[in-house]
Amino acid sequence: MKVYAIAINTFKEVIRDKIFYSLVFFALLLLGASMLLSTLTLGERSKIIEDLSLSSIEIFGVIISIFVGIGLVGKELEKKTIYIIISKPIKRWQFLLGKYLGLALVLLSYISVMTACYMLELKFYLNELPWQTLMAVLLIYVELLTVTASAILFSTFSTPTLSASYALALYVIGHMTEDLRGLAAKTGQAGVKAVLNFVYYFLPNLEDFDIKAKTVHAIPVSAEYILMSVSYGLMYVMAILALSVLIFQRRNFK
Amino acid sequence: MIRTEGLKMEFHVGFFRKRVVALKGLTMEVKRGEVFGFLGPNGAGKTTTLKILMGLVYPTGGAAWLMGRPISDSSVKRNIGFLPEQPYFYDYLTAAEFMDLSGRLFGMRRKEREARAEELLDMVGLSGAKNLQLRKFSKGMQQRIGIAQALINDPELVVLDEPMSGLDPVGRKQVRDIILGLKDKGKTIFFSTHILPDVEVICDRVGILVRGELRAMGTVDELLSGTKVKSVEMTFAGVSGENLSSLERMASGTVTRGSETTATFGDQEAARAAKRLVFESGGEIISLIPHKSSLEDLFMEEVGKRK
Repeated sequence: MKVYAIAINTFKEVIRDKIFYSLVFFALLLLGASMLLSTLTLGERSKIIEDLSLSSIEIFGVIISIFVGIGLVGKELEKKTIYIIISKPIKRWQFLLGKYLGLALVLLSYISVMTACYMLELKFYLNELPWQTLMAVLLIYVELLTVTASAILFSTFSTPTLSASYALALYVIGHMTEDLRGLAAKTGQAGVKAVLNFVYYFLPNLEDFDIKAKTVHAIPVSAEYILMSVSYGLMYVMAILALSVLIFQRRNFK
Repeated sequence: MIRTEGLKMEFHVGFFRKRVVALKGLTMEVKRGEVFGFLGPNGAGKTTTLKILMGLVYPTGGAAWLMGRPISDSSVKRNIGFLPEQPYFYDYLTAAEFMDLSGRLFGMRRKEREARAEELLDMVGLSGAKNLQLRKFSKGMQQRIGIAQALINDPELVVLDEPMSGLDPVGRKQVRDIILGLKDKGKTIFFSTHILPDVEVICDRVGILVRGELRAMGTVDELLSGTKVKSVEMTFAGVSGENLSSLERMASGTVTRGSETTATFGDQEAARAAKRLVFESGGEIISLIPHKSSLEDLFMEEVGKRK
């Protein structure tokens, strides 16, 4: 109930913000542009449309996750609205979870709107509906959930600007963890190997959530893979949120 | 209702982690049903104390209890209402939505929430603005919605941080009336302020906090009982010539308006002598007012004291 109240309030906060709409607007614009760009290619128009659309859904989703995510807790601290909340009989973990779920709901709405437009585009423009593309969108959503959780984690102990940089860095590195493991395999030094392996297991493996290329090229992805990736993502989210709560619990609101 | 024992708070600020002591072992008590004014200059540690009580910051030493339960027990917040200093609210919400959110956080049922919100918005004079977004609220309206949200759960203890700062005289009077209304209902009110005239009017007891230390605590009368008459102001007429000149010499200052002269005397002895002289010279005394120390003088004295 209390978590729900915070989540709904967070949802209202984001969807009453003009910045959110301008981001959605640009995402939709890019979706539309994919149709235009596809006319410039010889054949394979569906690939261009799918590739560009899925990428724009992801990129703008990540922007929303990070920039709204760091503000969720940061703004409450900065504007001191948190005083009003924490002085009421609500536990700090309930507040943090509510904030997270609120943004998760915003992202779900965003993904739904984008996917609906994307599907219409595929249906009317290409007259085909590749189902795997929905799975690709699902995994993008799980990825956004992971990025949002990390943005919240950073914002529990850092300033908004730094949190944004950390979250962005995490997103970029998260897509390169395979390279880290490759590097670990090649290096001869045990110490370096241990550090690289630690970073590999510690950071989220965001590449797992990326089946865009396979989808575009119609390479099938197994149901087990999707299930495993979704479970991995959700578990990672829970771990990050637990860590955020630990930090947030000890924090003084000055 | 509120009890603290040796409450300490230290902060570390800046790059070199410089130590700042905000509270140096605060021990105090607020009793059930009283209006307690927590006074002190800016930076004395008032807000820090309130934040500790509300669980927003953790003290570095000592302990505190609210209604007999330690502050770490968050269930105690069920019976408390809190208004932070210079409150900011979710400005994208309307007044009604904000009240509803506050009620939800107390786990109140929908009907109860709606009825209570209606009643409180009416009490603070904001029923006409209930569908207005808080970003369009004036400073006074913000303060009033802040008080309304603090009362949503019909709390036994109301804690207000600087409820009158930044308000115009009308706004201050409204807040004062609200506090007195709560007192009539048997609520305990603990508020911090530096607006002293209001304190003398509404507080049962006050505490003066200076640089993290409680310097004085008691009823306004108790605190002022030890203080002497500071000066006596006498207005007279019908005295002239030499007598008037000697009266002027006795006084520390005089002002003449038409036929009346107002003279200020440093102590009662001088005033008595002056009174005799006025009578002897056939004059007439229009008024005689002794000026006692006010809470403000006491406050200034405490703040001015070196450790």
